[in-house]
Amino acid sequence: MAEETVLTDDFLRQLINVGEVDILVGLPTHNNARTIEPVIRAIQAGILKCFPRERVVIINADGGSQDGTPELVIRASIDDVWNVSKVYALRTLHSISTRYARNPEPGTALRTILAAADLLRAKACVVVSPDSTTIEPDWLQRLVRPVYNDNFDLVAPIYRRQKFEGVLMRNLLYPMTRAIYGYRVREPYASEFAISGRLATDFLTKETWNAEWGRIGAEICLTITAITGKYRVCQSFLGTKAQPARSASDLVAAMRRTVGALFLSLDSNFPLWSAIADSQPVPTLGAQSEVMLEPVRVNRKRLREMFATGVAQLEPVLRSILSASTLSELQRIAALEVNEFNYPADVWAKTVFEFAASYHKCVISRDHIVQALVPLYRGRTLSFLLENRDGSGQDMEKSVESLCGEFERLKPYLLEVWADRK
Amino acid sequence: MWEIIITELTQALQELARGFAHYLPRLIVMLIIALVGWVIAYLLKVLVRSILRLTKFSKLSENAGATQLLNQAALPSSTELLSRFVFWVAWIAFILLGVSVLGIVGLQEYISRFFLFLPRLFVALVILFFGLLAASFFSRAALLAAVNANFRSSRLLSISIRIIISIFALSMVFEVLGVAEETMLIAFGTAFGAVMLGLAIAFGIGGKDLAREFLEKKIVTGKKEEKEDDPSPL
Repeated sequence: MAEETVLTDDFLRQLINVGEVDILVGLPTHNNARTIEPVIRAIQAGILKCFPRERVVIINADGGSQDGTPELVIRASIDDVWNVSKVYALRTLHSISTRYARNPEPGTALRTILAAADLLRAKACVVVSPDSTTIEPDWLQRLVRPVYNDNFDLVAPIYRRQKFEGVLMRNLLYPMTRAIYGYRVREPYASEFAISGRLATDFLTKETWNAEWGRIGAEICLTITAITGKYRVCQSFLGTKAQPARSASDLVAAMRRTVGALFLSLDSNFPLWSAIADSQPVPTLGAQSEVMLEPVRVNRKRLREMFATGVAQLEPVLRSILSASTLSELQRIAALEVNEFNYPADVWAKTVFEFAASYHKCVISRDHIVQALVPLYRGRTLSFLLENRDGSGQDMEKSVESLCGEFERLKPYLLEVWADRK
Repeated sequence: MWEIIITELTQALQELARGFAHYLPRLIVMLIIALVGWVIAYLLKVLVRSILRLTKFSKLSENAGATQLLNQAALPSSTELLSRFVFWVAWIAFILLGVSVLGIVGLQEYISRFFLFLPRLFVALVILFFGLLAASFFSRAALLAAVNANFRSSRLLSISIRIIISIFALSMVFEVLGVAEETMLIAFGTAFGAVMLGLAIAFGIGGKDLAREFLEKKIVTGKKEEKEDDPSPL
């Protein structure tokens, strides 16, 4: 049993007191005292509004918060929500908090939540990000209903995003997952999602938990497991996605958690993905995508400089990862000024595929391969910003669609470099 | 007179023949040992080469930067070099074993010294290899971290780390081999001290304004530095 190794005795005792549940809401946290309260209120309101008859538990998996986040979760009384909404739940709503480690490990947090869902035989398990300050009570219904009523196994979110947010998602994770696994899941790495009890149980038994990516890239791994395991996958439009402030070091960590895990998944799933030639749409509830056109301040000069410096300084590293033609193309792009800068979609797709193949062959340390992609991603970000600077939401959608087309068109190239022994 | 000469010559020839007859079987044994040794050493070479190819040693060596060094010195690949090394060490060991059968006085000591030296040579080679591997790994890690943090002298930092670790590994190699131990210790100490002093002075002079600015922002005014971050990736 997976939970034997993850759940502490005290946590187990609390879970046993709760008994079986219908819905489990997971809340992985680490120092989220600033944002956790509105998130908890929205979850509680969502439960009261949409699932008053269901047995629900909120599980907070905390990664060693120092700001009292778990206490805030436990203390958040549902009475306040009752007073506002005047709707009463017919069942007791439990809130449990457990500290799974002294330091945050997103994979372990998810594992703890899934193990609890497995133990409590939850029919649906929904995970909510503690940073989602824009969360509304309806999000819970939009995520849980497809699992609870329509027998879907994974509900991935679709957000209303600011034009230039989610650049890695739009330029790498979505196009590559779509080209590789043949499913058009817009957010393969989701901070909010819902899964069925059987997918949770199946995912817990996977050997991936023993590997590094199980600990750091479990979210994307879950999506891939659902796709490759032929589970029923759908998407649900939630609303506006709040973006927490990030720094440069967060980008490297995000790349490790997402791109690293995606690259690693290619090893074990090769027989499956190598046979997929095209992609199919996924059932979607609500809008396919929505873009906000608010202006964003981005230092384009800095992005170009970081790209050019990366290409120049990392030349020996890039030479061991990329083909000579792709590297020379990157060097040509690095010499361009901001106003004429263009990192074309086909070159970007080739770059990513060559990185994936090098990752597979371990030409250098795998973590170093992922880190070496960071400056190139910045170059692609700049190109994406410039391409869509004056465009509408539809124009941007076309641009993303065209990039996905390039990834799908160049998939045979990935198979070629993958098989190349050099 | 002639009789005495002939007798002496005969005796000398007889002694030579006796000596030769005495040594001949040993010489044959030595040649047989050398021949068998050659066969065993050759088999060992083939075995080591196969194991290294199976374990993708060349990739490890490439990561360590050893392949680049070998290419620059127009030497064969690391796999080939290591298998040849095993061949020669094994064959020389067998030849010396054969020579010891001859029973030449004084040679035994040198042979036993050679055999005592072999483990140290092996340890030194292992240290050198892993030293180069560590130097390459950490210098690349530093380069990537510095580039991603937009640090200006990333390459310089990376090269410095590679040199320091390589010097450290080399000094350990010389210490294990027992070659110029004191000289190496002094040279390493001096070089390491010079690098550290240089870095301290460079950071001290070059970074004093930056440090003051940082401290003023953090402690005196308590303002947070405004950053223009990358667009959100996820």
